[in-house]
Amino acid sequence: MSLSSTPLSGTIGTKQAQAKSSSLFRQSMRRLMRNKLAVSGLVVVVIMVLACFIGPFFSPYTDNKVHMAMMNKAPSLKHWLGTDALGRDVLTRVLQAGRISLTVGLASMVLSVFIGALLGAIAGYYRGFVDQIIMRIADLLLTIPGLPLLFIFGALLSEWKVPTEYRMYIVMFMLGFVNWPGLARMVRGQMLSLREREFMQAAVVLGLRDRRKLFNHLLPNIVPLLIVIATLNIGGSILSESVLSFFGLGVMPPTPTWGNMIDAANNLIDFQERPWLWIPPGFSIFATVIAINIFGDGLRDVLDPKQKR
Amino acid sequence: MPEGLLEVNHLKKYFPIQKGLLNRTVGHVKAVDDISLSIQKGETFGLVGESGSGKSTVGKTIIRLTEKTEGEVKFKGVDLYSLSPQELRKIRPSMQLIFQDPYSSLNPRVRVGDAIGEALVDHGLVPKEEIRDRVLDVLQSCGLSSYHIDRFPHEFSGGQRQRIGIARALILNPDLIIADEPVSALDVSIQAQIINLFRKLQETRELTYLFISHDLSVVEHLCTRIGVMYLGSMMETASRDELFKNPLHPYTKALLSAVPIPIPKLKRERIVLKGDIPSPSNPPSGCKFHTRCPFGSPLQGRGSGVP
Repeated sequence: MSLSSTPLSGTIGTKQAQAKSSSLFRQSMRRLMRNKLAVSGLVVVVIMVLACFIGPFFSPYTDNKVHMAMMNKAPSLKHWLGTDALGRDVLTRVLQAGRISLTVGLASMVLSVFIGALLGAIAGYYRGFVDQIIMRIADLLLTIPGLPLLFIFGALLSEWKVPTEYRMYIVMFMLGFVNWPGLARMVRGQMLSLREREFMQAAVVLGLRDRRKLFNHLLPNIVPLLIVIATLNIGGSILSESVLSFFGLGVMPPTPTWGNMIDAANNLIDFQERPWLWIPPGFSIFATVIAINIFGDGLRDVLDPKQKR
Repeated sequence: MPEGLLEVNHLKKYFPIQKGLLNRTVGHVKAVDDISLSIQKGETFGLVGESGSGKSTVGKTIIRLTEKTEGEVKFKGVDLYSLSPQELRKIRPSMQLIFQDPYSSLNPRVRVGDAIGEALVDHGLVPKEEIRDRVLDVLQSCGLSSYHIDRFPHEFSGGQRQRIGIARALILNPDLIIADEPVSALDVSIQAQIINLFRKLQETRELTYLFISHDLSVVEHLCTRIGVMYLGSMMETASRDELFKNPLHPYTKALLSAVPIPIPKLKRERIVLKGDIPSPSNPPSGCKFHTRCPFGSPLQGRGSGVP
């Protein structure tokens, strides 16, 4: 929400407690809270995040401690979701993996929203030559399907033998890089329509600087759209990361992610005999992504009613 | 006549009509076609005419919201179209525009206090500590209350929003205010309030108005001089009393005869014009009004002068 902060509201002295959040925004939030489905989505996401980030502290096991005596044990009271081929507790690993997957999803979203919003806003506001350059680059990236592009990047990383501990960060950048063009297009479209509105003509007549027009008048008007896209974007990013890691092109073991944990299903014996290895991470991806999408849809309905399908 | 605060000479604004794959210009909409006017300091110049006659375009071209095609706009002796963007930005505070639609001319996500005060901040006209006081000041003189300062535009009625628009223009202490049909979106009782506000502000702040309107009774109440526009051209310019007592141009006569009068029994002669207003992309030759003129002969279409 930092985009919506108006530097001026401080100087003119809005003395209200919640000076930063508009009452329009508060109204929308109240409407969102009445949408049962969206709220349940939010609850699932919050539970997932809390479990992943707090849960492992209560676990007696560490995620990477190999314990040969406890190989491939079925779920029991000691190991609620069983153990894997190296005797590691699956529940602990699923939660640890959730940390990585959620962080990668969030970070790549922030990156793509930042790049996309900035470039889209510049293209839409200045138009002409700048617009042409930015949008042609975006078009170029959009013509290449995202997943194959990510596969190529992933394969290159493996080829160059990038250390596994850096791969997580590189994957974040890859996902953010693949996602920004679509976002830039939407922001640009919004900008093009906003800049023709009468209040922007008023800004011209007042002789306001470009910076103020862009950051105080135009960007606050696209924040609702950005929130919606960003939310839905996280789900997509988590999914892409899982796909990459499943194929061994994303984050590498021993760092656990939901994607590389499902890799267990590639092994026929594990697939048939030891479902506790791949069902928990698979279910985690499923539940998280669905919950995020349901919540995002609800958000869109209240913040951006024009986009309703 | 001495040089006025605003001098407009032979102003033209043509919008190109583009067609086909290559966007070739196939013609022009002559929205403003050779308009000249002069406004003295302290007077209120009314610009009237029917819809599509180019009144608003004149206002917007004067203030450089749209660029002119030809002609000259001199404000305080400075040719506005010769200024660089920086110089234009500096001069902007001294001429302000009040918009027709009080709903779309305020940004829904900017607080009223910020909307009014931000131009002062941006131009660095007043030290930051004083801005809140200045905003409160101008809110009061526009008939709003100090607690309105932290509210958002959607919390106000149409009349209040128009007051906000006026306050936003007024805080910059402009010399000239161009009001583009400022009351036509409001209901009649609110119209009266806003018009009285315009009058009061003119008395206290020595403002000069270019008041664009299609409502002759509003113009009669407020203006000292009136120009009548038809199809992008000025048909007649006269002082208010002169125009209402003794209209010379047949179009002005027709316009005046269409003003409703609040005496139902009084019968009077209405001049009803035949046909529609011709297309501004292909205006009639000669006097533009000759196609609908009740007195005109076809011969008037031959010349090129004003009647």
